[in-house]
Amino acid sequence: MDFSWVSNYWPLIVAGVIQTVLLLVISVVFGFILAIGLALAQVKGPPWLRWCAKGYSTWFRGTPLLIQLWLLYYGVGSFLPMIPGLRQSILWPIVREGFFFAAVSFTLNYAAYEAEVLRGALLAVPKGELEAGRAFGMSRWTLLRRIWLPRAIRIALPTIGGEVVLQLKATPLAFTVTVMDLYAVAYKVRQDTLLVYEPLMVVTVFYFCLTLLITRAFRFVEMQVPMRR
Amino acid sequence: MTSDSCALRVDDVHKSYGIHEVLKGISLAAKKGDVISLIGSSGSGKSTFLRCINFLEIPDRGSFVINGEEVLMKTGADGRAHPASWRQVERIRTGLAMVFQSFNLWAHMTVLENVIEAPVHVLGMNRKEAVDEAEALLQKVGLYDKRNVYPAFLSGGQQQRASIARALCVDPSVMLFDEPTSALDPELVGEVLKVIRDLAEEGRTMLLVTHEMKFARDVSSHVMFLHQGRVEEEGTPEQIFGVPNSARCREFTNSARH
Repeated sequence: MDFSWVSNYWPLIVAGVIQTVLLLVISVVFGFILAIGLALAQVKGPPWLRWCAKGYSTWFRGTPLLIQLWLLYYGVGSFLPMIPGLRQSILWPIVREGFFFAAVSFTLNYAAYEAEVLRGALLAVPKGELEAGRAFGMSRWTLLRRIWLPRAIRIALPTIGGEVVLQLKATPLAFTVTVMDLYAVAYKVRQDTLLVYEPLMVVTVFYFCLTLLITRAFRFVEMQVPMRR
Repeated sequence: MTSDSCALRVDDVHKSYGIHEVLKGISLAAKKGDVISLIGSSGSGKSTFLRCINFLEIPDRGSFVINGEEVLMKTGADGRAHPASWRQVERIRTGLAMVFQSFNLWAHMTVLENVIEAPVHVLGMNRKEAVDEAEALLQKVGLYDKRNVYPAFLSGGQQQRASIARALCVDPSVMLFDEPTSALDPELVGEVLKVIRDLAEEGRTMLLVTHEMKFARDVSSHVMFLHQGRVEEEGTPEQIFGVPNSARCREFTNSARH
């Protein structure tokens, strides 16, 4: 076992952790916002919107994330330069990077899974509590913002925690579109030093620690509203 | 606005589910300070009637004047009426606090948060004021020391008292009680009835759907006996429980007396 390379590569490892965490946070945050809309569309929307939201979830959950990422990166990505003015715009440095495509495709994929979780949770909120909100004169928006959504998110929280962990472990796919994430660092070390196991072991420890952090954080949030289950 | 002195006047309420007509024209007028009990066997339509008053159920027909304001209704293509403006309904609901059979406290909020929720987020009351008000009300229903507890950790009686405090905190002109003790263990009924009795004695206007006959007899100013979607008989508690005209009413009040 040879870990002497760590002293040379630690700045790269730190950068890799940052990339991985960024991808995770961006996809979870934006994916969650998108998921709220998708779930509401399925629960409350008119039939055509319901159908669209259902189709979205079925498509993104029914195809491999790696293929979605590549379709976006090689497919949509090759059309982007043809959009007039995009190359000259301030957005170009962002949208030409693999990171952009990884973030977008992870977000879209995460939203599909989360929408299903939220849909179930929205339906699981006791009807009586929603009725109480209406009986006290809440508008639809106030009811959603104060009662329905917060209540549904609490119900879904344990599942959401699990999904975030799964999402973390999906991030190494970003390596295939040139993102220098945690896994890509291990790959680079292997190329440079011809060591196979040691760099994998080091990044594995990092993934594991990140998972611990996520589960702890969710446990903490769940504790904020004690429920009898 | 009308010069109506009634806190609540409801006329000719009809409601059907499919072909089954549950309300066949019920009218009611409540002056300020009235305590009106609605009694009758299960399926007589008394809960449905109560829920039509704050439009949790949409009546097919009927007119509603609440605190001098008439609810604007329009008739839809299917011949059924519905409120013309949900905004008006929302505003009127804030004056008609409801206490539910199954409490329906919001489980993700503490008792205090439950009580201040509608004042702050519906009526736009200042939070500090709402908290002061809520604490006084919780004191009154005997739950001040439980104010920071979540509903799941309270007994049924405590939850129902909390939900009464929640209803009081919007300072309603009429309180609607939908079988407030029916979901409670027998030994917890008393503590809730005591709170409701105190409110009646303070002169709160209330409509009370209940199976507690003795209680209805004690606190009501007026009792309505419903049978199959109609008012079979109404009058003072002395009349309804003492010398009812209708044979059905006599039978019901006798059997409920045990």
